[in-house]
Formats: sequence, structure tokens, C-alpha cells
Amino acid sequence: MVQSIVLSGVAVGCIYALIGITYNVMFSASRVFSFTAGTLGMLGGVLGSLFIARMGMPVVVGFLLALAGGALLGVITEIVAVRPVLRSLDQHLYVLSTLALALIVQQFTAIEWGTESRPFPRLFNIGPGSFDQRFWLPMLACVVVIVGLELLYRHTLVGRAFLAIAEDTYAARALGLPERGLRMASYALAGVIGTLAGFAGGELLLAFFGNAPMLTFYGFVPVALGGMGNNRGAVVAGLLLGLFQQAANFLVGGIFASVAVFAVFIIVLLARPEGLAGAATQRRV
Amino acid sequence: MDIPAAQLRPSRAQTLGSGNVVSAALPFLLLLLIGVAFPLFGGYWGVIATRACVYWVLVSGLNLVVGFAGQIAIGWVALLTLGAYTTSVLAAGNVTPPFPPYFALAAAAVVGAIFGLIVGLPALRLRTFYFAITTLGFATIVTQVALAWQSVTGGGVGVPGPVFSEPFSSLWGFYYFCFGLAAICTWMTANIAASRFGRALTAIRDAEVAAEASGISKPALLASVFLFSGAVAAVAGGLFASLQSYITPDAFTLDLSVLFFIAILIGGRGSILGPLLGTILLTVLPEFAAPLVAWSTFLYAVLLLVIVLAMPGGIAEILDFKNRRPLASNRAIIPRPDLLPQLLGAPNGAAGALTLEQVALSFGGVHAIDGLDLEIQPGQVHGLIGPNGSGKTTTLNVISGYYAQQSGAVRLNGTALPVFARERRARMRIARTFQTPRIVGSASVLENVMIGGTIDGEATFVESLLSLPRHRRDEAMLHDTAMLALATVGLAQLAPVRADRLQHSELRFTEIARALMLRPAFLLLDEPAAGLSADEITRLGALVMAIARAGTGVLLVEHHADLIFDICHHVTVLNLSKKLAAGTPAEIRSHREVVNAYLGG
Repeated sequence: MVQSIVLSGVAVGCIYALIGITYNVMFSASRVFSFTAGTLGMLGGVLGSLFIARMGMPVVVGFLLALAGGALLGVITEIVAVRPVLRSLDQHLYVLSTLALALIVQQFTAIEWGTESRPFPRLFNIGPGSFDQRFWLPMLACVVVIVGLELLYRHTLVGRAFLAIAEDTYAARALGLPERGLRMASYALAGVIGTLAGFAGGELLLAFFGNAPMLTFYGFVPVALGGMGNNRGAVVAGLLLGLFQQAANFLVGGIFASVAVFAVFIIVLLARPEGLAGAATQRRV
Repeated sequence: MDIPAAQLRPSRAQTLGSGNVVSAALPFLLLLLIGVAFPLFGGYWGVIATRACVYWVLVSGLNLVVGFAGQIAIGWVALLTLGAYTTSVLAAGNVTPPFPPYFALAAAAVVGAIFGLIVGLPALRLRTFYFAITTLGFATIVTQVALAWQSVTGGGVGVPGPVFSEPFSSLWGFYYFCFGLAAICTWMTANIAASRFGRALTAIRDAEVAAEASGISKPALLASVFLFSGAVAAVAGGLFASLQSYITPDAFTLDLSVLFFIAILIGGRGSILGPLLGTILLTVLPEFAAPLVAWSTFLYAVLLLVIVLAMPGGIAEILDFKNRRPLASNRAIIPRPDLLPQLLGAPNGAAGALTLEQVALSFGGVHAIDGLDLEIQPGQVHGLIGPNGSGKTTTLNVISGYYAQQSGAVRLNGTALPVFARERRARMRIARTFQTPRIVGSASVLENVMIGGTIDGEATFVESLLSLPRHRRDEAMLHDTAMLALATVGLAQLAPVRADRLQHSELRFTEIARALMLRPAFLLLDEPAAGLSADEITRLGALVMAIARAGTGVLLVEHHADLIFDICHHVTVLNLSKKLAAGTPAEIRSHREVVNAYLGG
């Protein structure tokens, strides 16, 4: 039993961590949290199931198309819901605009795809073992994203430009960095990461439109606890969340597990609003 | 151009933000009339009209949270669910002996109030998006609990809703029951909107630092609002369960939350009528286009996006005809310092000095102020000048509690001021203005100034809710004092105008009027002359001197050297975070180092 708790806990935790990273990538580029993070995860599952199971595409093609769909939604988010309200950040209009966009996509999915959860295809033709693909796929995706981001940020010019924007937008703009282009690229990247999370976790979460608000919430927990913009914090907090949730699931049952996660989240946030790893920011008067 | 004394105290009806009480109440009376006569339209609309009333009971409370306090609570359906299940389960007698439905409804209100507080309180600590997410999480969890707690909620099978006894059991009887509650909710929230609590909520939303400086306690205020909002949401839940006659967790999707939330935003923030019309619109709309029902949430979401991007003011702004009339272009600010004694009362000789002793504060390795001594005497104007970055505003922020000094002390009359407690400064009669005016743009100038007097009101939240005599006395007092303060700074004729239509210089004087509402013992002015014309600076100088003559100690942070030397009794010059010189204006003017460092030869 311990083994299955750990396996499913780590797997689910990896999905949460990836959604957390999706939030972070968007936040770094624009200082904005977007409600579309969970929607992207939901789309990963739905698009994967649509392309591979329903339309019968090869796995690789379906995978790439799903990621492309995520990138597209990322770019749309930037253009429609983020850019127009960046000028008045203090009014927090981005909360409403990204919420609206997330709902639009979610409702569209509910109507066109249906409101019941559908199975996600098995990607590799391997028999079920104790260490099944539905567990190791999310883990693999998480490792790939972490290593990929690390390489991108540390060893490429574009990656350093991303960091520069995240650190100080005005200075970066003054240095002549194409801020708007970089922001759109960040959102496309976030779209890819979010759909990857949903795709890799497809067998665990199924192709279900209701995953969107669920992932929006559980994916934000690692961000809030790990400190905003802090990817390592998100991974650690995501794994802890996954393990905690699965353990609670087994020990006290589903509803109380959700209640426990929610309670822990609220208590930790109230005690340390800046997250377990974050630092408090001064407010300007 | 003196204002006749009689004009200083116009009746409330003339100067209320919404123009005229009668014309403001007219749409509500019209809706009341339509609502009462509604059964004449025939049976088909009965259920829909009842549903609109039920929704409005919830939305009216949520409106205070979202529209007035600006807290983005997107998961409020959770409280509807909670109220629906509490009422139904108690009335059905699943866990207790069956309650009469009315008692069950009252019990639901209590439960709703408690949970409204629990869901809402994180708003005190968490930023916008965090709070939105926690309400979303709560909504998800309540539905899951309803689904899984089968012994009580019936799980996926559900429970029957309560049935209210005669005369409220028939279709139209129940309609009148819901309509009556909706009307009461409208009345109560309109009372709050027009009270010091309503203004304080908008101040928290749009100008939080100004709210703190006016002594508004955010925790107490938001707690009251969340209690009320949770209670009415749960009552709406009980009515909803009765209307549905049978409830399952499926009935409480996030779509409903979205509907409530969007009704408020379509209506416009800070309005009662707008969200009321928004609720009616969103409830009725799908009935006209049956094929669209499946798409309704999708369309609401599109509508939300359009509203946010294209017209953040909502219906309320469209209906605000009064504020589209052009203002006179050649208006001038003519302060009336002679009114100050009337406004501030007799000088309070007992007030001691406000002193800073060896105050030091550094950010990281940078010394913002480094061992500063300063003494502000009652009845005197103390100038604080120095180059940019020399620590002037930091000093002011230490005094008013935005920063905590790392060493040294700030004392009022010998007692050390508590560190950080910003909203307690107001009770000590220390008032301030800001370098960039902090104003509630969507409220009238008068309402903005009334915010300054919030702590002088005596009525409790409940008294204001029910418009009891003490509430009406508070409002009359605040209104008259604010009109007097506006006349004193020379803005009486702009009282009913939306504040975001004012010029920059007028906003500066509005802030001074708001600060004067505290009858301050000490007034801290942060660059009040910035952006003013030469004439206006002269009048400002006369006004500040008169404020000091009335007994108030003034700390004036300024760059205009002429103004400083004209009106200050004492001047302190800062340079590189340290005191460079202190003395009378004449001494400072001839101080060699000051001339070199700051004034220029």
C-alpha cells in the first residue's frame, strides 16, 4: 500500500508541479497569474484523447498537435487577456480577464467534447506492471521540463532574456529587449508545459473538462507554498502536495483528503502569505 | 467671490453623490411596483421571477464583497450550496428532529454567516489572485463533501428541498416570500452603500493607504461584510432548495458562481442598481433564447471578457447621466480659511509635540534616514526640505506607520507611537496627504471627503444596515462636516462630482479636506504644492498657515523653497539621509551648506 501511495502521490504531485511551473512561467514574463493554467492541463488530456483515441492519429503526431494547441492558447491568453490589462496592473483586471478566457475555453470544451470524463489512450503498448506508464509518464515529463528550463535559462540567449524580463521589465526594455515578443514566447512556452502536464497525466486524470478548475486550484497550491516565480519551490511543494493528498486519500477517504489539503493550504498561506520559501515584498506608499 | 453662508449647508438631497434622493430611488420604486404586480403577467414567468429574486438575495450580499470591497470572490456558490443543504437537511430531519422550514432557514443563515467569515477572512492576508483561488477551492470542496457525505446529504441522490407553509406554499405565495426578502436585501445593502461602511469599503478597494490613514480598520469591516454576505447567501440557498424542490450536488456548479459574479461586474462596481439589473438580465436572458441555454455560461464568460476590456464601469456607468454633464472649465479653488475654527473646533492646548529622536532606517545597505531628530510643535508649520532621495517621504512614512524605524523613537506628547499600526494614527489625530493623491475615483468628491471622518461615526454595522437613528445622525453629521471641509479648501461647488473628473490640483485640495475631517492635532503634507499653479500655491500657503493658527502642528514636505520660506516657522534640511541644518527660514536661507547642496547660489 505504501508503494502505491508513493507512486500515485509522486505522479500526481508531478502534474501539480508542472501546472505550478506553468503559472510561474507566465508570472515571470508579465507579473500576472493566469486562470488558464489549469485549463491548459485539462486541454492536454482532452486534445490527446481527441487526436489519438478518437481521430486515430499516431501517438507522436497527436502529442505534438496537443502541445501546439497549448502553445496557441498560451499566445491567445497573452494577446486577449493579459496585454490589454497590463497597463493597469494595480486594478487586478487580469484576474477577471484570464478567468473569463479560462471559462470560455472550459465551456467550449464542455459543449463540444461533453461533460463526462472519457478515457485517455495508453501511449505505449506495454503491459501493466507495478511501475506503470501512467505513473512514470508524469514523472518523466516533470524531469524533462525542469532540465529543459534549466538549460534554457542558463545556456541560451533567449533564456537569459526571459530571466532579464522576469527580473526587471523596465531595465530589460531599456536594454532593447523585445519585451512583447519575449512575453508571447513565454506564454507559448507555458502553454506547452501546461498541456504536457495534462497529456502525461492523461491516464490518471482522464479527458475531462472539469479538470480545469481542479488543476487551477491544485496547481496553484505549489506556487503559493513554494513562493511565486520559484520553480524549485513549486516542484518540492507539488510533490509534497501529491503525496499528502494520496496518503490522506488512502487513510481517511476522498472528501476528507480534499478538505485536509484545503485546510493545510489556507493555514500555511495565512501563516506565511509569501510562501514557505518566498520573501516578503515591501509595498510602496 | 464669497460663498454665502447659507449655501454651506445645503440640504442633503442637493449634495448626495447620486444627485437627488428621489431620482436615485425612482428605479428601485419602479422595480418594486413591477415586482408586486408581477403575478398579473401570468404563470409561466412565476418560476423565473422567483429565481431572479433568489439570486438577487445572494448577489446583493456578494455585491458588498465584490463590487464595494473589491474582493474577487468567485466561488460564492459554495455558500448557496451550504445554505441549501443546511435548510433541506434540517427541514427533512436527516440528523435532528425536523425543524420547521423557517427555523431551518434561520439556522442556515447562521451557518452561512460563520462560513462566509471563514471563506472571507483569508482576504485580509492574501493578495487578489490568492483569495480568488481560495474561494474557488472552497467551492470545489463543498460540492465534493455534499457528494460524499451520503448519510446527511443523500450523496448523488440528493435531498428534498424544504416546503414553506401557507401562505407561502403556492407558486405566487412563494414568489412573494422571495420577493419580500429580495426587497429587504436591496434596502439593507443600499443603506450600507450610503453609510460610512460603504464608503470605507470602496476606499479599501481603490485607495487602501488612504483608508488606513483615515483610521479604517480593514479586518473589522471586512468581517462584518463577510458575515452579512454569507448569511444572505445561505438564505438564498434555502430558498433555492425550496424552488428546485429537490437538490443534488449537480445543481451547484461553478456556472452559478460565474453568473453571480458576472451579474455584479456587468452592473458595475460600487452600485446597487447596476448589479440588480445585471441579475435580472442574466436570469431572464436564457428564457428568450432557448437554444442558447447550453451556451449560457459560455456567453456569460464572453460577456465578462468584453466588460473587463471595454467598459469596466458596467451598466451603472451607462446610467450615470449626471456625470456626463461638462464641468465649468474656468473654475478656481478659493479656500475659505476663516471657516477653519468652525471645522477644527477650539485649539486643544493640551496636545504636546510630535518628536523624532535619533530615528534611523535603512533598506538593505542603503540608509534612508540616519539618526534624525525632529520636533513638530502644535500650531506651527515645520518645513522638511532636501534633494530627491534625502529621506523626506521616508520620514513621513515612519511617522504615519508605513515603515518601522530600526532604531530611535517617534513620540507624541512623550508616548512612543506604536510601530506599523497605521490605522491607529487617525485616532491619535495624526492625518496625512500623499505625494500622488489617493482618491476613490468612482465616488463623489463629497464621499471622498466623508471617508476622512469614518472614525467619528458611532453607529454599528447592524445599525447602518437597518438605517436606525444613530446611523442617520452619523450620516447627517459627516455630510455637514464634509461640506464644511470642502468649503474650507474651496471645493464646495464640486461636492457632487465624480472624483476622477477633477483636475490634479483639485485632488490635492480634496486630500487636504479629507485630512481635515480628522480635526488633526498634526497634519503631514507630502508635497502638496506639486503640480499647482502659482496662484494655487499662494492660496495653499495661506490655508496651511491658517490650519497651523487653528492649533494644528503641520509637517510640510516640499520642493517649492519659496512656499517653505514664506509659511514655515521652522525648517529642517535633509541631505544624504542626514540632517544638514535646522532653524528658522532666515537662518536656513543663509546657511552656506544648504545653499550649496540644495538651494543653489
